[in-house]
Amino acid sequence: MPVNVFVILAMGLAIGFISGMFGIGGGFLMTPLLIFLGISPAVAVASVTGHIAASSMSGAISYWRRRAIDLALAFMLLAGGIIGTAFGVWLFTILRSIGQLDITIGVSYVLLLGIVGTLMVSESMRAIIRARQGKPIELRRPGSHTWIHGLPFKLRFKRSRIYVSAVPVWAIGFAMGFIGAVMGIGGGFILVPLLIYVLRVPTATVIGTSMVLTLVTMASATVMHAATNHLVDALLAVILMVGGVTGAQFGARAGQKISGERLRLLLGLLVLAVGIRFALDLVLPPDHLYSIRLLDADT
Amino acid sequence: MTRCSASAIITALGALAISAGPGAAERLVTSLSDHRVMVTSSFIGEQLVLFGGIEQDAASRSRRSGYDVVITVTGPRQTVVTFRKERALGIWVNADSRVFENAPAYLAVLSNRPLDAITNAETLRRMQLGLDNIPLPQRASVNIADAASDDPFRVSFINIKREHGLYREASNGVTFLAKELFRASIPLPADVPIGTYEVDVRLFADAAQLARASSPFEVYKSGFEQVVTNAARDHGVLYGLATAVMAVATGWFASVVFRRD
Repeated sequence: MPVNVFVILAMGLAIGFISGMFGIGGGFLMTPLLIFLGISPAVAVASVTGHIAASSMSGAISYWRRRAIDLALAFMLLAGGIIGTAFGVWLFTILRSIGQLDITIGVSYVLLLGIVGTLMVSESMRAIIRARQGKPIELRRPGSHTWIHGLPFKLRFKRSRIYVSAVPVWAIGFAMGFIGAVMGIGGGFILVPLLIYVLRVPTATVIGTSMVLTLVTMASATVMHAATNHLVDALLAVILMVGGVTGAQFGARAGQKISGERLRLLLGLLVLAVGIRFALDLVLPPDHLYSIRLLDADT
Repeated sequence: MTRCSASAIITALGALAISAGPGAAERLVTSLSDHRVMVTSSFIGEQLVLFGGIEQDAASRSRRSGYDVVITVTGPRQTVVTFRKERALGIWVNADSRVFENAPAYLAVLSNRPLDAITNAETLRRMQLGLDNIPLPQRASVNIADAASDDPFRVSFINIKREHGLYREASNGVTFLAKELFRASIPLPADVPIGTYEVDVRLFADAAQLARASSPFEVYKSGFEQVVTNAARDHGVLYGLATAVMAVATGWFASVVFRRD
């Protein structure tokens, strides 16, 4: 790996800082940056999973101390999450063998970051404008029921005080595990809104619970990627982890000094910027039309 | 008696690395600075030096144009896919691909002057000398065939390997120190592939090959590096588990060190 160790460490620190500031895992920034640095997308995705597991672990512990984790809900999410992860690693292996992995990762990032970034920017802009005009902030009513609540296999989650069907819980877990394994992201920035708006999980338990899901799916993605594709670079993963968890501590302090709407606007712009960079890479004529890849089985 | 046995020993030793072309009177003696190259985590590349001497005997004629030397260093064989991007629906995707079977992972063609000045194109092609003439068989569905030297996949494959410093053709790679003594540096880049390498030395004069000698060397990983590489390849589950445990431990450690409540 011809990439400077200190560059990677500095990157880990910087992204850890940002992730601590916004309260996110940072995978959606870390994986793209590694790719932009020239590390192959496959190795980047597989190694970043370890980094996300580490940052989710330190987050989950602090939420556990505050008793802000709904373990029952986390286990139900994990039931789908582990299967989703395995499915994601399986698809990853197939796409890689037919040479279409890089493009899939690129297109997925453009779609995901483009949509999420646009939503975040427009939502936070509206909130900022409303605040300027002095209008009260709209509160969503968490009690309202949707078709989601009509599904069978209903379960009661005591700590979150919700009564929902297991089907959407499994589905969300599956989707997050799948996306995480293919794209190298924890996906907290999608998972948290999903849990809040679809399952009506209260804000008190939502972040801690989502961190438990990311911790376990990302740790198992690390094991599965190492076992099937032999792509995990342990050294790269460790440098990222150490930089990431350290930077996150300082980021968290900085984040408390900025208002929520501005923070969301900044994060949205950042998400959009990464998405646009990916889009440019896909659309602009590449520097090299040809690329080579070693077939594993031989030598 | 002593003289006789001494010369017998020299002949016996020489036979290891000497070979003479049919009917030619020159012999080639070569010596490599190292036969084992160790790659560690701080390996930044290395230069192997090859010394060669040309021995003449009574039958040798004086060569009008002097001697020429072409050295081909061939690394371990690999099977490599080359992809070509094409535009589809506005984005660039890998569309076409070729599989190169048993392509050398490393290839250096070193000579004292341009190959086409040493001998004619036909001889170069027959002896498979130079990057243009090296066989790179492609797997095409069922049969394996070598494509023409201007095949775009072949050309791009060689260019990519060149950019990585793994393929090279240097017409100043061999230096004559005296009329019958030459030296060549074999540059091994930092990401040099592990395996057995073959150094093939050919002596030319007046466009004809006079003698040929070869010697191998090995590139291997140091103990610890090898253990890690083997672990990643052979014990993927354990390697992954170890990485995951490190992740959990790092996260836990951070939460202890930076605990604020």
